[in-house]
Amino acid sequence: MLKVEDVHVYYGAIHAIKGISLEVPQGQIVTLIGANGAGKTSALNTICGLIKPKSGRIFFEGKDITGVPTQEIVKLGLTQVPEGRRIFANMPIYENLELGAFLNKNKKEVAQDMEKVYTRFPRLRERKNQLAGSLSGGEQQMLAMGRALMSKPRLLLLDEPSMGLSPILVKEIFSIIKELNEQGTTILLVEQNAKMSLSIAHKGYVVETGRIVLAGDAKELLESPEVKKAYLGG
Amino acid sequence: MEVFLQQLINGISLGSIYALIALGYTMVYGIVQLINFAHGDVYMVGAYLGFFATAILGWSFLPALLMSMVVCAILGMVIEKLAYTPLRNAPRIAALITAIGVSLFLEYGMMLLVSPQVRTFPQVLTEVQYKFFGVVITNRQVIILVVTVALMLLLQYIVHKTMIGKAMRAVSHDKQAAQLMGINVNNTISATFAIGSALAAAAGVLVGIYYNAINPLMGIMPGLKAFVAAVLGGIGIIPGAMTGGFLLGIVEAMVSGYGKSLYRDPVAFVILIIILIVKPTGLFGKNVREKV
Ligand SMILES: Nc1ncnc2c1ncn2[C@@H]1O[C@H](COP(=O)(O)OP(=O)(O)OP(=O)(O)O)[C@@H](O)[C@H]1O
Ligand SMILES: [Mg+2]
Repeated sequence: MLKVEDVHVYYGAIHAIKGISLEVPQGQIVTLIGANGAGKTSALNTICGLIKPKSGRIFFEGKDITGVPTQEIVKLGLTQVPEGRRIFANMPIYENLELGAFLNKNKKEVAQDMEKVYTRFPRLRERKNQLAGSLSGGEQQMLAMGRALMSKPRLLLLDEPSMGLSPILVKEIFSIIKELNEQGTTILLVEQNAKMSLSIAHKGYVVETGRIVLAGDAKELLESPEVKKAYLGG
Repeated sequence: MEVFLQQLINGISLGSIYALIALGYTMVYGIVQLINFAHGDVYMVGAYLGFFATAILGWSFLPALLMSMVVCAILGMVIEKLAYTPLRNAPRIAALITAIGVSLFLEYGMMLLVSPQVRTFPQVLTEVQYKFFGVVITNRQVIILVVTVALMLLLQYIVHKTMIGKAMRAVSHDKQAAQLMGINVNNTISATFAIGSALAAAAGVLVGIYYNAINPLMGIMPGLKAFVAAVLGGIGIIPGAMTGGFLLGIVEAMVSGYGKSLYRDPVAFVILIIILIVKPTGLFGKNVREKV
C-alpha cells in the first residue's frame, strides 16, 4: 500500500535520513522504532509531503506521491497524527474534528463520522464544546486521533501516540490502534515504546541515525537479541 | 458635556475607519506574523477606486463600495503572491522591508497614475444633520457606523462559522497541523489578505464620503494609527483590533475636541509606547504565549 524507496532528507546541511526504504502492506500495522533523533518523525513528515526529500520515491497505492502537496496526499486517504498531538488548542473539540473533515464537503457524512468518533472516544463527546487546550494529555491524544479519523484515512501514520501518557492510557491507546486496524485501517506506527508497538504490529523496522538497521516480522524482532539489548532493556 | 458627546460621536466615526484598517493588519499578522506596512496604501487605493466609481462613472455609494472592496481584495492577493510568498521562509526583516517597498510602490505608483493633487469626492450622499440635545450627528456618520458594524458582523461570521474561517484560525495556530487536515495553506493565506484588503478598501471609500478629500499619501498616517490600534487591542486578535480602533478614534477626537488638536497624532504614538511598556500583548492579549 505504501512503498518508500531510498529516501534521503536534509535539513540544510544536516543529513537526517540517509536512504530509507520501507513497505507497508494493506491491512497491516507496521512499526518504526528507534531512539531520539533517529529520524522517525522526519520519515513520517516526508511521507506526508510536509518535507520534500532530496532523492528517493514514495508510492501510495501505486501512485507516486513524492513532492505532492500534503493536502493532496490527505485527499488520497493518507494522514498523520503528528508527534505532540498538535491539536488546535484555542478551538473547541468539535471544531478540531470538523477541521479533520476539511476536505469532506458532505455535511451529513461529516456529522455521521463525528458521531462515530464520539462513540469511539466517549470522553470527547462529554467535552465537545470545551477548548481542546483544556484536555488532559490522554484526551488530547484521543482528539488528535479522532481528528485524523475524520478524513477517513486508509493509511494512518501515528507518531509516538504513547508519548507522555500513563501506563494505563498507553494500553488504552494501543488497544484503540489495534481496533482501528482490525476495522480496516492500515497503520504505520512510530514509537519509542518498542515492546508495546512490536506486540501489536505485524512488521517492524528499527531506525538508527537516519538508516534502517533491522527489519522483519514483529514477533521475531521482539525476540531478537539486538532489539532486546537496545530497546527492551536487555 | 456637549463637547464630550459630540466628540464621542466624531470619535466613533474616526474609530470605525481605524478599526476597519486595523483588522487587516491583525489578521495578516495572525496568519503570517508579518506587519504588512503596505496595508495603509491598500486603503488609499480603495479610496481612489471609490472616487473613480462615484466621480467618473457616476455610481452610487453601495456599488462603489462593493467594487472597491472586490478590486482591493484582488490587489491584496496579488501583493501577497508577488511580494510576500517568495519570502515565506526568509528572515522576518526581509519581509518587513519588502512591505515598506510595496508601500512606497503603491504610493508613488498612484501619484504617477493620478498625479499628487488632492481629489474631492463628489457629494454621493447629501449631508443631513440630526440634532439631539445640542449634539450633531450627520447621516454620513450613521452610514460609516452601520457599514462598519455590518462588516464586522460579517467578518465574525466568516471567521467563526465558515470552513474558510476555521481554516484561517487553524493555519494561524499551526501551519503543519493545518496541512495535515487537508487545508491548502497558501490559499488560506491568500483569503486572509483578500478579506483584510477588502476591509481597508471599505474604510477608504467611507473616508472619501466623510472627509471628501483624498490624495496618494493619505494612507500613511491612518495606516500607522490603525497599526497602533491593532497593537493596542493585541496584534493577531480580531476583537482587539475592533476595540483598539474605536478606542483610538475616540481618544483622538477627545484630544482635538478639548482644543489640543496639535497633540492628536502624538497622543496615538504615546499610547503605543505606553502599551509596549505596560502590556506588550495588548488589551486582549494573553500574557503567556500559547505553546504549540
Ligand atoms: N526542522 C529541523 N531542522 C534541523 N534539523 C532537524 C529538524 N528536524 C529534525 N532535525 C534533525 O534531524 C534528525 C532526526 O530528527 P527526527 O525528529 O526525525 O527524529 P525522531 O526519530 O523523530 O526523534 P524523537 O524520537 O526525539 O521524536 C535529528 O538529528 C534532528 O536534530
Ligand atoms: Mg519524532
